[in-house]
Amino acid sequence: MNTIAEPVARKTRGISLRHTGDRLLASFGFLVMLLALAALATLLFDIIHDGAGRLSWQFVTSYPSRLPEQAGILAALAGSVFVIGLTAVVAIPLGVGAAIYLEEYEQRGRLSRIIEINISNLAGVPSIIYGLLGLGLFVRMLAMGRSVMAGACTLALLVLPVVIISTREALRAVPGSLREASYALGATKWQTIQSQVLPAAFPGILTGLILALSRAVGETAPLITIGALTYVPFLPDGVWSDFTVLPIQIFNWVSRPQAAFAENAAAGILVLLLLLLAMNSIAIVLRDRFQRRAG
Amino acid sequence: MRVRARDFVELVIERSLFLCAAGSILITLGIVLVLLFETVNFLREVPISDFLFGTVWTPLFLNKQFGVLPLVGGTLLTSSIAMGVALPAGLLTAIYLSEYAANGVRRYVRPVLEVLAGVPTVVYGYFALQFVTPVLQGFIPGLAGFNALGPGIVMGLMILPLVSSLSEDALRSVPSGLREGAYALGATRMQTSLRVIVPAAFSGISAAAILAISRAIGETMIVAIAAGQQPRLTLDPRVPVETMTAYIVQVSLGDTPAGTLEYRTIFAVGMMLFLGTFALNLASNRLRNRFREEYA
Repeated sequence: MNTIAEPVARKTRGISLRHTGDRLLASFGFLVMLLALAALATLLFDIIHDGAGRLSWQFVTSYPSRLPEQAGILAALAGSVFVIGLTAVVAIPLGVGAAIYLEEYEQRGRLSRIIEINISNLAGVPSIIYGLLGLGLFVRMLAMGRSVMAGACTLALLVLPVVIISTREALRAVPGSLREASYALGATKWQTIQSQVLPAAFPGILTGLILALSRAVGETAPLITIGALTYVPFLPDGVWSDFTVLPIQIFNWVSRPQAAFAENAAAGILVLLLLLLAMNSIAIVLRDRFQRRAG
Repeated sequence: MRVRARDFVELVIERSLFLCAAGSILITLGIVLVLLFETVNFLREVPISDFLFGTVWTPLFLNKQFGVLPLVGGTLLTSSIAMGVALPAGLLTAIYLSEYAANGVRRYVRPVLEVLAGVPTVVYGYFALQFVTPVLQGFIPGLAGFNALGPGIVMGLMILPLVSSLSEDALRSVPSGLREGAYALGATRMQTSLRVIVPAAFSGISAAAILAISRAIGETMIVAIAAGQQPRLTLDPRVPVETMTAYIVQVSLGDTPAGTLEYRTIFAVGMMLFLGTFALNLASNRLRNRFREEYA
C-alpha cells in the first residue's frame, strides 16, 4: 500500500508546490500594483495635507510676493490660461490639418511614410529639447523675446504630435460607408470631409485636443528654457507681454528653503491639479457621450 | 475641359493640408539645425575630446572646464534607479493584469495607473523633495537633502504606467493558442506566463523598456527640483548630482546672455540628449514593429 501511495503523495505535494508558485506570482503582482496605487494616493494625500490650509481666495487673487503669506498665483494662473489658449489657436489648425491629410488624402507614398515616422519620433523627443528649439528659433531668431507668443509657439510644437496622433485615431473611427455614401451623392472629397467626416469625428477629436492641451498646462521645462520669468507681479496684457505660468511659479516656490513657500507650492499644485481634473473630466464626459451615440 | 471652381478649391485645400503635414518635418529640421548651429560654435572653442571625455564640468565657474561626463553620469544614475523601480514593478503589474486579474479589476486599475502618467512632473518634483527624500532619510544614514535616490524612485513611479500598459499590450497580443497549448500540457498559470507568454512577448516588452529609459533620460523637473545642481561623477545615490536636463534648467534660470560660451553649452548638452533619446526611440519603434509582424 505504502509503495503505491508514496509517489502519489509526492506528486500531489509537487502539484501543491506548483500552485503555491502560481499563487505567489499572483499575489506578488497584485501587491506591486497596489503599491503603485498607494503611491498615487500618498502623493495626493501629501499635497492636500501640505497645501489645503493655504488655499484661499486671497491666494488665487494675489500677485507673487517676498512674504509667503501674502503671495498668490494670480499672474501665474492668468499666464497659464493665456498661453494655453494661444497654444490651442496655433496647434489645433496645424495638427488637425496634418491629421486630415495623413488619414484622408495620403496616397501611401514615400513622403507620407517619412512624415508618419517623423511624427512618431517627434512624440518621443524630451520636452526640454522643444524648449531649446523655442529659445533658438522663436526667442532669438524670430526675436519674439520671452513673450506669451514665444511660449505658446513652443508649446504648440510640443503638443503637435499628440494632436496629430489622436485626431487621426478619431478620423479612423469614422466608418468608411459614411464617406462612400457621401461620394455616391456627388460630394467632392473636401465636401465629404467637411460635412460628414469631421462632424462624425468631432467628439473624438475634441477629447484628444483637450488631453493634449492638458499636457501643455503641466509643462514646465520648455517654458523655463525659453526664459519665461519666475517673478511676474502683473497680468500679461498682450501676446508680446512677459509672462509666467502656474508650474513655473510652483517650481520657484519649491526651490526656496523656507517651509512657508513649500506650503505655497503645495497649494499651487492643488490649483494645477484641479485645473487638470476639470479638463480631463470634460474629455471623459465627451468620450462617453460619443461612445454611447456610436454604440 | 473647363476647370471648375470646385476643383480649384479642392486642390487648394489639399495642398494646404499637405503643408500642415509637411510642417512636422520642419520641426525636426528646426530642432536639428538649432542644436547643430550652437553646438558647432561651442565645439570651435572647446575640443570635442575635452567635452566628451572630460570629468570636470564647471562652465559657470571662473576656472571653466567642459567635461560632460559628470552630467551624463548623473543622468544615467537617476535613470537607472528609475528603471530599477519601473521595470520590475511595471512588468509584474502587466503580468498580473493580463494573466490573472478579472476583467473588472483591469478596467478600473488601468485608467487609475494612467493618472500617474498624467501628473505634471513639477508635482513629482515636489513629492520627491518634500516627502520621499525626508522619509528615506529616516532609514538611510548620510542621505543628503538633494540626492539621486529620491527623484530616481519618483521618476520610476512616473514611468511605471508606460512600462505596464505597453507590456500588457504586448502580453495580450500573444496569440491565445500559445497560452492554451501550455495549459494543455499541464502548465500552471505561472509557468505559462513566465516561460511561454513573457518570452513570446519579449520584443514588445523590450520596446516598452527602451521607451521608458528614453523618457527617464529626458525627464527634467523631478531631477531639477530634487537631485541638486552639483555635477559630480559618482555612483553614490545619496549625494547631490546634476543631470543633463537639470543643467539646462539651471542655466536657463540665470542671466546668461546669448552668444556666450555658457549659453552654447546648453545646446551642446541638448544635442547629446537629443541624439541619445532619438536613438533609443528609434530602437524601440523597430522592436515594436518586429513584434507586430511576428503576430500579425
